[in-house]
Amino acid sequence: MSSYEARFKVWRGDVQGGGLEDFEVEVNDGEVVLDIIHRLQATQAPDLAVRWNCKAGKCGSCSAEINGRPRLMCMTRMSVFGRDETVTVTPLRTFPVIRDLVTDVGFNYTKARQVPAFVPPEGLGPGEYRMMQEDVDRSQEFRKCIECFLCQDTCHVVRDHEENKQAFAGPRFLMRVAELDMHPLDAAEESGLDRKRTAQDEHGLGYCNITKCCTEVCPEGIRITDNALIPLKERAVDRKYDPLVWLGNKIRRRPASSG
Amino acid sequence: MSVVDRQEWDVVVVGAGGAGLRAAIEARERGARTAVICKSLFGKAHTVMAEGGIAAAMGNVNAGDNWQVHFRDTMRGGKFLNQWRMAELHAREAPARVWELETWGALFDRTRDGRISQRNFGGHEYPRLAHVGDRTGLELIRTLQQKVVALQQEDFKETGDYESRLKVFQECTVTRVLKDGERVSGVFGYERESGRFFVLEAPAVVIATGGIGKSFKVTSNSWEYTGDGHALALLAGAPLLNMEFVQFHPTGMVWPPSVKGILVTESVRGDGGVLRNSEGKRFMFDYVPDVFKEKYAESEEEADRWYDDPDHNRRPPELLPRDEVARAINAEVKAGRGSPHGGVFLDVSTRMPADVIKRRLPSMYHQFKELADVDITAEPMEVGPTCHYVMGGIAVDSDSAAARGVPGLFAAGEVAGGMHGSNRLGGNSLSDLLVFGRRAGWHAAEYAGERASARPRVDDTQIDAAAAEALRPFSAEGEEPADGPPENPYTLHQELQQTMNDLVGIIRREHEMRQALEKLAELRVRARRAGVEGHRQFNPGWHLALDLRNMLLVSECVARAALERTESRGGHTREDYPAMDRTWRNVNLLCRLADPSGGFAAGDPVRGQISLTRETTEPIRPDLLALFEKEELVKYLAEEELYE
Amino acid sequence: MATGTEPPDTESQPGSGGVRSATRAAIDAPHLRTDRWWLAPAATAAGLLAFVVYSTWRALANADYYAAPYVSPFYSPCLAENCEPMKAGPNWALFGDWWGLSPAIIILIFPLGFRLTCYYYRKAYYRGFWASPPACAVAEPHKKYTGETRFPLILQNIHRYFFYAAVPVAGILTYDTVLAFRDEDYEWGHMGLGTLVFLVNIVLIWAYTLSCHSCRHIVGGKLKHFSRHPVRYRMWQLVGRMNARHMQLAWASLVSVALADLYVFLIASGVFEDPRFF
Repeated sequence: MSSYEARFKVWRGDVQGGGLEDFEVEVNDGEVVLDIIHRLQATQAPDLAVRWNCKAGKCGSCSAEINGRPRLMCMTRMSVFGRDETVTVTPLRTFPVIRDLVTDVGFNYTKARQVPAFVPPEGLGPGEYRMMQEDVDRSQEFRKCIECFLCQDTCHVVRDHEENKQAFAGPRFLMRVAELDMHPLDAAEESGLDRKRTAQDEHGLGYCNITKCCTEVCPEGIRITDNALIPLKERAVDRKYDPLVWLGNKIRRRPASSG
Repeated sequence: MSVVDRQEWDVVVVGAGGAGLRAAIEARERGARTAVICKSLFGKAHTVMAEGGIAAAMGNVNAGDNWQVHFRDTMRGGKFLNQWRMAELHAREAPARVWELETWGALFDRTRDGRISQRNFGGHEYPRLAHVGDRTGLELIRTLQQKVVALQQEDFKETGDYESRLKVFQECTVTRVLKDGERVSGVFGYERESGRFFVLEAPAVVIATGGIGKSFKVTSNSWEYTGDGHALALLAGAPLLNMEFVQFHPTGMVWPPSVKGILVTESVRGDGGVLRNSEGKRFMFDYVPDVFKEKYAESEEEADRWYDDPDHNRRPPELLPRDEVARAINAEVKAGRGSPHGGVFLDVSTRMPADVIKRRLPSMYHQFKELADVDITAEPMEVGPTCHYVMGGIAVDSDSAAARGVPGLFAAGEVAGGMHGSNRLGGNSLSDLLVFGRRAGWHAAEYAGERASARPRVDDTQIDAAAAEALRPFSAEGEEPADGPPENPYTLHQELQQTMNDLVGIIRREHEMRQALEKLAELRVRARRAGVEGHRQFNPGWHLALDLRNMLLVSECVARAALERTESRGGHTREDYPAMDRTWRNVNLLCRLADPSGGFAAGDPVRGQISLTRETTEPIRPDLLALFEKEELVKYLAEEELYE
Repeated sequence: MATGTEPPDTESQPGSGGVRSATRAAIDAPHLRTDRWWLAPAATAAGLLAFVVYSTWRALANADYYAAPYVSPFYSPCLAENCEPMKAGPNWALFGDWWGLSPAIIILIFPLGFRLTCYYYRKAYYRGFWASPPACAVAEPHKKYTGETRFPLILQNIHRYFFYAAVPVAGILTYDTVLAFRDEDYEWGHMGLGTLVFLVNIVLIWAYTLSCHSCRHIVGGKLKHFSRHPVRYRMWQLVGRMNARHMQLAWASLVSVALADLYVFLIASGVFEDPRFF
């Protein structure tokens, strides 16, 4: 066990303004950044606003930017920093700030609502669903998402261009579209909803330029770009840019992807 | 003062975990306009932490399973103190609740023939837990969350407003349940973001706030678990049932200190992990209690064969109910056979190939790698008991989830008592949330519907009083100077946690509990002076100061009930009364507010806030008793109960 | 706060967009990263630039691309009449005699297009050359961004056609590699250092081509039920495993193809003689 005094810079303020505030604070063996923020609360800044819940990387509440990188505070160990390094903690910089480290993540909840829900297949009652493990693997990977919104935060499409927030759902919710499109029993197509087409037309898939920052920040290690976004782009191509598939559909009169 | 935002709803659900969301979905589907209030963001509730699975006797893996077997396991686990009707409903309805999740988009792990896979778990006779790797809670909460959104999308199509019939008020905290005479009339709360107060008027309120773990130092629970719902019910005049039963999960992380208490899922043992002490011995074989002797293996060889051939071998003692394992670990550590950081070793690395471990226990692998720098595929984990769950809770009617004595108040999930008796089996929590969440939502909607024409009135003086109570921490400084300086709420919280952990923890002694009650009284007085800096906007110091009231109330319930029950049973272990006593089998302890009219008169250190009453439980229905062998019943039931 | 009742505030002050928008935490710095975030895009840009310079020079040179039995992959297949004669080699004068430029230009369109629209290279040059974004959580310098929603970048969607074209090209390069088992007199059953260079190159070319995201989609990714197509599922898994290394394969095959060409150039221009093993 050894402890030391670390230098921290923590952004404090609200929508009116604010700035980085300096702190010196004790750090013990095995601690994570969230522990230090809690120590600041308990000893130096009782009203320091921060969101957190499980403290085990499972709920995705304590998202922040640490030394400029979007991360979960509970999963960032102090040992990754040098003892003389100043650790800078700021709120997520893509969303409107509320206070200190807390931001208004309402954008994400708005987007979540715009993705049409799972469509249960007709004629199958509860208990009658049969799905093979290999058919659910892909969607299960995406369902590991803890909705920390770090991918939404790091994505330059909205981070650097506020105006794109209207048109672009962000990696988390494009992945949700992919998850449903790959769900073996989702009956959206039968109900007249083409998720592949709407990914492009309504959720802004075209804005994604696959620069993979979402994958880099994902604390769950979901391969968002390779397994969700690019496959979704390819599915959109099937619908919109592939004359062969189009021709095939015309001839066979059935959707090409309903394997 | 009473200029607060007021809205009218039919049903208000406090809490947006599994039970709360399931209740809200049910209430909305039955036509009630429903509001959900949660302290965190929508979808972050503590349910996400549940790892192992949802217990439901679907019989997908072993066709021998059915609700009767599940019922039996649940009663055994709870040492026959369960509210048996709840255990029955739970066992009967759990499969339907799981299947229903699939129709809402949940993706459980599959069997080879495409059905929902089920895994073994402590105390369950057959593989019974529907699961998704070791992140079942996340799947549950996300599925319910997405179902809520699906309903909102339906409402949007019809009304043009997503929130016309079902609305989530996230990052809001309820501090009081309001009443019109005996009946519930709504809730009073504040918005964390702005600090503004609000009132939701509603004839029916469902409390689904979860547990009380934050009153203990070593806990697997998140900050939200401050016993809010328990306290709200108490303050509204409803009794709490059997609060002495607190489950210490046997396997929490013990190192590093900052994550001490975080859960290591029971699936580690269900899938083959074994417990060893510092001498390398699988010590659990020494701790199989008499009531379980016939059900558990006596040798390592037999235990190891069980994983592949469960029909011809008995299960390993690592899979005993949680209370037994927790006590065993505690005893080993006390006897000096613990691991370097004060736990014991839990090992999967020598039992399974690395890739199997990574596939079946991905988040455990992740958790240890990231937080403790331990590779569980190569070395054992260090684990020890952690406060995990409270079996006690709001006393409810089994069928309707209605709280006793307060019309319009309902409770479901961990905050409700009775279902699990003295000890909960792993996996029974998630199914409990679904079964009784649905029942609470159903009956709340029905209750509200019956009163649509005569809605209860919200009393302005109650609102003013609640607002004054909530603002108190801001004026602590300067007031009552004779009592001393303002107290730091964080310090008070730490002292409370230490007290409960040390004096009302896993092993309890009379003098320690008396000491705890004294300390709690002192803390209660000091908490009156808890002061906070800053303003009302997202101020965690203020939020904690308000939560202290709830934690102190609930802690006193635990301590008083634990002192009263002079036996050891399930999640309540007395060093001075180490054996289970059959005469206590049919005794419930009920906690009530000692001075219901006194409002917030908590300043008297001598007098407690809680009064205890004993109550005899309803006899178990004969056809349910008939599910057990006579020889087994003899171990639990008193003579007269047996022959009735 | 309810679940996103309030519409997201999309206003931003003129001249202060992105992370400096009015509603966001007031931090002036475009980023607060303390690591060497610029290293990766700079290295990527340098590497790509080096290849572009080298390949432009070699493609336009129209010389030193054949040294029996080796043909430079930049010039294979060679489809104009002005190609150097290669016995049994990949020279088919489909374009006749009107083509006066370097024959490399005809065929390089395809591998170039394949790589230009490749999901990995897109990432690499969007970051390295266009700084969109330069690195994660580092503000990009552009005022507007529409991504791949409109012309010309919407054309990136034709990647799979370049994949279709890249397969026969890789087939011909495989043929070239087979031909490399001859000696300079076209006798079969020989092998030199060049053969080894070609072998390595063709393996990497195939690995890169087949690990392509479009390929992964076509062989199985587009299916909804893997369980009904066990063979395609196996293929999808295989391609998926390679796909995880797509970036490494993109670079390795880029280097190997340039090296294969360089090797032919050095032999053809007489810098040294191909060491023969047997």
